[in-house]
Amino acid sequence: MNREEAENCREDMEIDGNDSEMPAQRHADIIPDGFNANYLKAYYGKVFPHSDIFKWMCYGHDGKHPGCDPTYLSRREFSFTLDNDIYLRFQSYTSAYELESSIKEKCPFKIDIGPVYSVNPAKRHAYAQTGDNVFTPVERELIFDIDITDYDDVRFCCSGADICLDCWPLMTVAIKVIDTALRDDFGFNHILWVYSGRRGVHCWVCDGKARRLSNEQRAAITDYFRVYKGNENSNKKVSLVGPVLHPFLARSYTDVLKDFFEGKVLLNQNILSTEEKYEKILEMIPDESVAAELRGKWQEKRKAKDDINVVRWEQLKSLLYSGKVKHIQGLRRCIEEIIFSFTYPRLDMEVSKHMNHLLKAPFCVHPKTGRVCVPIDPNNCEEFDPTAVPTLSQLLQELNMSGSRADMDDELDRTSLGRAVRYFRSSFLQPLLKSCKEEIESAYNSRLQQSKNSLSW
Amino acid sequence: MQSLGTRRVNHQNDAVAVAVAGAASPLPLYRSAPPLEVRLEDFEAFAVDRLRVLKAISDGLSRGKKPEEMKNLVDELLKTHMSHPKPPEAVNKDVISHFVLRLVYCRTEDLRKWFLSMETTLFRYRFKRESEEAQRALMADFNLPYKAVNTAEFESVKDKLGQVARSIGQSLPTADAIFYKVPFEDVPELVAGRRVYIHRGNAYVAMNQVVSLVVTQFRSFLSKALILTNRKWTSSIKEQEKDRLTPIVEVLSTSYLGPDYSQPRESAEISLKDIDHLAKSSFPLCMRHLYDKLKEDHHLKHGGRMQLGLFLKGVGLKLDDALAFWRAEFSQKVGAERFEKEYAYNIRHNYGREGKRTDYTPFSCQKVISSTPGVGDHHGCPFRHFSEENLRAALGGMGVGNRGMDDIIDKVRNRHYQVACTLTFEAVHGSSCDAGINHPNQYFIDSQKILQSKLISSSYNARPSRMLKTIISLANISICKPAHHVKQ
Ligand code: SF4
Ligand SMILES: [Zn+2]
Repeated sequence: MNREEAENCREDMEIDGNDSEMPAQRHADIIPDGFNANYLKAYYGKVFPHSDIFKWMCYGHDGKHPGCDPTYLSRREFSFTLDNDIYLRFQSYTSAYELESSIKEKCPFKIDIGPVYSVNPAKRHAYAQTGDNVFTPVERELIFDIDITDYDDVRFCCSGADICLDCWPLMTVAIKVIDTALRDDFGFNHILWVYSGRRGVHCWVCDGKARRLSNEQRAAITDYFRVYKGNENSNKKVSLVGPVLHPFLARSYTDVLKDFFEGKVLLNQNILSTEEKYEKILEMIPDESVAAELRGKWQEKRKAKDDINVVRWEQLKSLLYSGKVKHIQGLRRCIEEIIFSFTYPRLDMEVSKHMNHLLKAPFCVHPKTGRVCVPIDPNNCEEFDPTAVPTLSQLLQELNMSGSRADMDDELDRTSLGRAVRYFRSSFLQPLLKSCKEEIESAYNSRLQQSKNSLSW
Repeated sequence: MQSLGTRRVNHQNDAVAVAVAGAASPLPLYRSAPPLEVRLEDFEAFAVDRLRVLKAISDGLSRGKKPEEMKNLVDELLKTHMSHPKPPEAVNKDVISHFVLRLVYCRTEDLRKWFLSMETTLFRYRFKRESEEAQRALMADFNLPYKAVNTAEFESVKDKLGQVARSIGQSLPTADAIFYKVPFEDVPELVAGRRVYIHRGNAYVAMNQVVSLVVTQFRSFLSKALILTNRKWTSSIKEQEKDRLTPIVEVLSTSYLGPDYSQPRESAEISLKDIDHLAKSSFPLCMRHLYDKLKEDHHLKHGGRMQLGLFLKGVGLKLDDALAFWRAEFSQKVGAERFEKEYAYNIRHNYGREGKRTDYTPFSCQKVISSTPGVGDHHGCPFRHFSEENLRAALGGMGVGNRGMDDIIDKVRNRHYQVACTLTFEAVHGSSCDAGINHPNQYFIDSQKILQSKLISSSYNARPSRMLKTIISLANISICKPAHHVKQ
């Protein structure tokens, strides 16, 4: 976040603190809605799952195995955005205690997680003086950032930072398409999806081999996912070439996008209902005569029993699939291109391409919405409702209501965050740590083997 | 002629020189430095020739040439710059020039990156020229650990492989087609282009795609080698060679190759009355903008006077005409007297008539692009320094239509300013400019050439300068450093 954004953020935060767009709560007089530093203190003190984040970031290097790398965690960059616009980069920690007390003490509005560097980032200057220019990122989760504001030209219910249940399914579809490809195509297993707290989702791919990808390999994966031609800033135009689709695109299309488009988008976004809207679609038809024929049909006012969007879509399909226009160049992929334009995930490419991008940590609280960045289960992502995600004030309320007990886990279970944390542990963290341990073990053994061999020689 | 005679180029690499001039492998892998005697002037000349090749490849890439065009380009370049009547000599030149440039380009991260990428591209196209037999031999040299997919597995993925082949417009794989199953990480470019079927982390690479595997190996080997070379350079070579190789190496990476624009070409002298007309027809945008501003304001700040003044000198405006030209404008604003007192000196100075007798050289694109115009300044390169909106307007003023506009803007966004300028040249002249724009004066000359429809082979390309002129920087490479970004 640059300074300007940070400032905007602050302004908005103040505004948010005063208004009451959150659903009314019982005991609203005790814990008013919104977000402030005091709430956050309580949240970090009682609810935030410090030890889970710590265990995750250690990736099995917990000192219990002789193959562990004791410097691993300390080489990871954390960065904090504080209340007063102060932005602390290159923080690093050597223990769970250090991490937790630093968070509690500084009470950051936002915690970002950066890469693992070759050396402890807090001491990078000291290393720089040794002359060996060794401060460089060496590991980083493969990350994805999908933001619904990038879909503003295809959603008509909201714009900008707003979301609603009509447009949120775009995110659900993005999760499905990307998650499936990450697992089935790239063979990754340890994938965490997180609600960004406001208007999008983040994805962390944490397999060892994902963390060790070079920038070039990251860019390759990102490009594998890309269907927009031209520059990211210019026209968002889907371009599908070739006589058939690549298996990945074909699968995404038949398994997810097509049904989503015809079942949801068409109706929820009314994309063919008015001239202004259908003109956008006609623009995607590269042949003017075909577009004109459809325009002619759609301009006639005719009463139809069925939904106007469905009727028009069927007309478009039957014309484009008819033998009459089959021969026209460029029309072959047109229906797919339209559907892809409206539904295919729009990734922020730059975030994924480089190891040194920072990404907000899960379980942070979004300063504008007060919502916690909770994990999303990709297998049940349809059920995720961003408007029902626990808010900071709600959590504190829940704590207050149930009195105080000492046990941390207990504390969690008393709030609606309990489920999210339990999901994080059982579906993500435990399997991840298991495979990390195996990896450490086998690396250790092969090193042992090697040194034995050289000894006997 | 150099009097130094011969010089042994040896990087103290212990490995045996395996690939040099090997009869089995006409394409060197540059595994180790050649134990060859090299004359110092060859050392330099070979390097310059190879630089021409790499530089042209770089231009081709940033201009978005298609693989087929790149192939032809590389063929052409090799023929022009790297061939030798005696084949063994050609191989020697190849190997020597590569190792010299390793020295030149090992010294900073940016230089390494550029060199790595251009050498890899060169290698790729050369590999593709080889017969399948030779390709297999090269693969064997690389010791690639990959196994061909067996029949049973092939059957199980045949449909998908066919689908991929068709999606990239290739014919279906036959039953005896060879596929290698490799970790997707090893073929990033095939992954990026969705040119392979990927399943559970493995990519199925067809025989006609193995170039990607080999190139990845080549690249990672060269990348490591450059780091090592850099260590040796800083720890010993630089000092040991400080009187001989070091100056050459240092100048090679920052300088290059173009004709010298500091003296107007004899044939081309322009007179005062032509300037207005020439500005409209043949000035690059940077100069056109300065010219227009000068006409409008009757004034330019120092940076602008230098940039335009030296350009005009290079174009062929004589000192007396230059004085008259500037006087005509400035006196309208500051009066003739003040002009003589404060500005005339400067102009004579540019022509080397006053003060230190330095003959100022017209700025190259590199120099213009890297300048930092402040408030009220009009110098600099519009592709770099204008807002998109202003740039669009300015391009419109040059007569660039909508179609060309978006391509140009796209290049600008990717920070390929000179490529954007080249495209502008092409749009304005309706004719291609394969050399790319490296220098505002070159823009002018090329434009004039087209306009006078003279033969292309006139003075600009005629005399490839062996001298290491510091005019046109090779490094018109725009390097985008990944900044530390923060995402919400
Ligand atoms: S690229 Fe070179 S010639 Fe073109 S406008 Fe910029 S500085 Fe001038
Ligand atoms: Zn909405």
